[in-house]
Amino acid sequence: MDMNEIKEIFFQECEEQLAELESGLLRLNDGDRDPETVNAVFRAVHSIKGGAGAFGLDDLVSFAHVFETTLDCVRSNKLEPNQDVLKVMLKSADVLADLTNVARDGGSVDQARSAQLIRELEALAKGEAPPAAAPVAAAPKAAPVAAAPAPVVSDDGFVPVAFSFDDFGDDDVSADLPAYDVVFKPKSELYTKGNEATLLLRDLSRLGEMSIHCNMDSLPPLDQMDPEAAYFSWKVSIKTDKGEDAVRSVFEFAEWDCDLEVAALESGDVAEATGDDLPMQPVPFDLSALDDELDAPLGVVEEEEQIAAVQEAVAAAEAASNVVQMAASASRGAASDKGAAAAAAQNNAQQASAAAPTIRVDLDRVDRLINLVGELVINQAMLSQSVIENDSNGVSSINMGLEELQQLTREIQDSVMAIRAQPVKPVFQRMARTVREIADITGKSVRLVTEGENTEVDKTVIDKLAEPLTHMIRNAVDHGLEMPEKRIAAGKNAEGTVKLTAKHRSGRIVIELSDDGAGINREKVRQKAIDNDLIAADANLSDEEIDNLIFHAGFSTADKVSDLSGRGVGMDVVKRSIQALGGRINISSKPGHGSVFTMSLPLTLAVLDGMVVTVAGQTLVVPLTAIVETLQPDAAAIHSFGATQRLISIRNSFCPLVDVGRILNFRATQANPVEGVALLVESEGGGQRALMVDAIQGQRQVVIKSLEANYTHVPGIAAATILGDGRVALILDVDAVVSASRGQSLHTETSLAAAG
Amino acid sequence: MKKKVLTVDDSRTIRNMLLVTLNNAGFETIQAEDGIEGLEVLEDANPDVIVTDINMPRLDGFGFIEGVRKNEKFRAIPILVLTTESDAEKKNRARQAGATGWIVKPFDPTKLIDAIERVTA
Repeated sequence: MDMNEIKEIFFQECEEQLAELESGLLRLNDGDRDPETVNAVFRAVHSIKGGAGAFGLDDLVSFAHVFETTLDCVRSNKLEPNQDVLKVMLKSADVLADLTNVARDGGSVDQARSAQLIRELEALAKGEAPPAAAPVAAAPKAAPVAAAPAPVVSDDGFVPVAFSFDDFGDDDVSADLPAYDVVFKPKSELYTKGNEATLLLRDLSRLGEMSIHCNMDSLPPLDQMDPEAAYFSWKVSIKTDKGEDAVRSVFEFAEWDCDLEVAALESGDVAEATGDDLPMQPVPFDLSALDDELDAPLGVVEEEEQIAAVQEAVAAAEAASNVVQMAASASRGAASDKGAAAAAAQNNAQQASAAAPTIRVDLDRVDRLINLVGELVINQAMLSQSVIENDSNGVSSINMGLEELQQLTREIQDSVMAIRAQPVKPVFQRMARTVREIADITGKSVRLVTEGENTEVDKTVIDKLAEPLTHMIRNAVDHGLEMPEKRIAAGKNAEGTVKLTAKHRSGRIVIELSDDGAGINREKVRQKAIDNDLIAADANLSDEEIDNLIFHAGFSTADKVSDLSGRGVGMDVVKRSIQALGGRINISSKPGHGSVFTMSLPLTLAVLDGMVVTVAGQTLVVPLTAIVETLQPDAAAIHSFGATQRLISIRNSFCPLVDVGRILNFRATQANPVEGVALLVESEGGGQRALMVDAIQGQRQVVIKSLEANYTHVPGIAAATILGDGRVALILDVDAVVSASRGQSLHTETSLAAAG
Repeated sequence: MKKKVLTVDDSRTIRNMLLVTLNNAGFETIQAEDGIEGLEVLEDANPDVIVTDINMPRLDGFGFIEGVRKNEKFRAIPILVLTTESDAEKKNRARQAGATGWIVKPFDPTKLIDAIERVTA
């Protein structure tokens, strides 16, 4: 593993930490005051900072540091995480995410914004009300770039100091090296913390030439000796050009647990000093011995223990009872300790068991597996078919085996698909940010409520969900919700609510986006549609049909072009991307009460349940989800309408008949409806159409092969598949065919798609 | 014989960096993700030195160090605290819990190896 791989891991981890950060902050925002939530939030920022520091991502580190400092105030109950505080923090989380993205992908962040947030965070940490009351617009353009993230000098005086031994004394290279006297007397705590006098002296010796003297005066007689006490002290004379600080820094880890005196000597004093103060001869200090003898970290203490053991043996007679007692109490203590530890471990095991064990797998591997299983499904179908065709007697054992194989294949496929299924939570979380940003820009107060975040759907769907959802959320806040004053005037809560829910519904995922805004202004929509020549001035449209007009290209009812609608994204683009996913989107709106957008999407883009039909000698697959019912038309039920249109009467209502073969140009003339089968399909506008096909071959699950990726986009065709007999069949794009039947040819549809 | 280092850190990034740095420097490395796991693997790992983070879920570095010091066998093992906090208060708490020394992040391989060498024979 090299640094780049670790960096990759770091960014992955950042994403997780950012998600953790955001969901934690949102929990706090909802009134959760669990210290563990605050801790988790703190840790997320802390981890990002730690990793970023290792990779020298200074902007990220400085921002994370300020953020962390403020979070620490919350953690230590110095700062109450109220709504105002959390608003700043959520924005900071967004900036942190931006900085992470910039660190990974390059680009730049909004310096003024992060500088402003740094000021707000610092103000919070100092216990001031956020200066943030100033709207974003007021974020001073003059924000000095120097005040932006670069230097991390927070006001609490915490300044990380880069520290290197190499910096010391480089300029001091005089022939006579400065000399120091060091008196070092460890306390017993030094040993209990795992420090070691010998090692400290070894380190000291690396600074320069030294002589050492061990003072053993305070060593008590054997029978009075505490095996764990510290009795020795050392006096060291050292000549070094590294400076007194370097000498002191050797004892950096030990300075609390020893008496240390370091005195600089005039050159030449060394010999005298040692001669006067120390009658004993310097003891040669052989470091090479260390490597062999000091394998155990506690060499010295162990020796002392051995001595103590001897002493104990001597005093054995009188102390025997004592020892027994001590041993007993010791083991009791150990037992109770162990019991407590076991209980604690059990507790934690219970906590941990909540999260099932997981592994990380490269997405490529899963994709390859899914592809292979797709091939397997096709192959199994081909095998079944050829056995059925060649074996008229129907050898039952082969057939049974094949049936089992089919079942197994299905199960394998389902399980493999489940591997790639993921909860929609990350996408929903991203929406929270979108809501915050738009609320800020529009000056509206918005609350996002999410439900069913753990609903799972194939990753390929999730990846493509974010964009249309973002547009829809923007729309909901920008156009759907009213300004606070208007809401209050209408007797509503000043804070608007946008609700995002996900659920499984009959093999599809249904995502609902509702707002409690004003609802669609049908008069305005209608007028606009007339102005844009979308509908005739006297067209008689149902409320539902009017609502659905907003999905038409280039439709926007916003009076003024705001920042958001200025992005040129209309609901038509949203609809198109949902359709591209094999989904449907609907709107229902109640004036004064808000609108609900309902999207229904397939759980996967890899397989599809389809009805295999024949049209003009071609085999087509119609997605089963689109079909409401199938029927054999009766000659009496068919009615002509205008020059070429025909209607079919089903249970006393008329439904336009669409000849699929004609629309797709498979044949030049209309087929006789009575000779074919009608598939009643639901189209986007909510209306029904009857698709005419020649015959139904059967239902089957097909593996979707992209036509765009392998060939090119074909109007009216969504994708392709390989059937059991090895032939390619096209999968019908029901909605495209239905809209083509309304008079818009398939080709205009494509050119619009290209423009969108 | 290779020296064994037990590292305890909840960050995957830092764990990987520790692993690479320590393996390159010729140490044998055992890793745990938090204080609880650290204590669980302690006996089997039987390390010569421990490097631990402070901020961790379930059981933080202070708790972990106290846990190690309570263990008769490891009460004198060198423990280095690896953390971004370089202020005196946190260092002090770590010391009171029984830490031997500390390494101030940002993570620097040289500093890490240096500190380990300082506290091990």
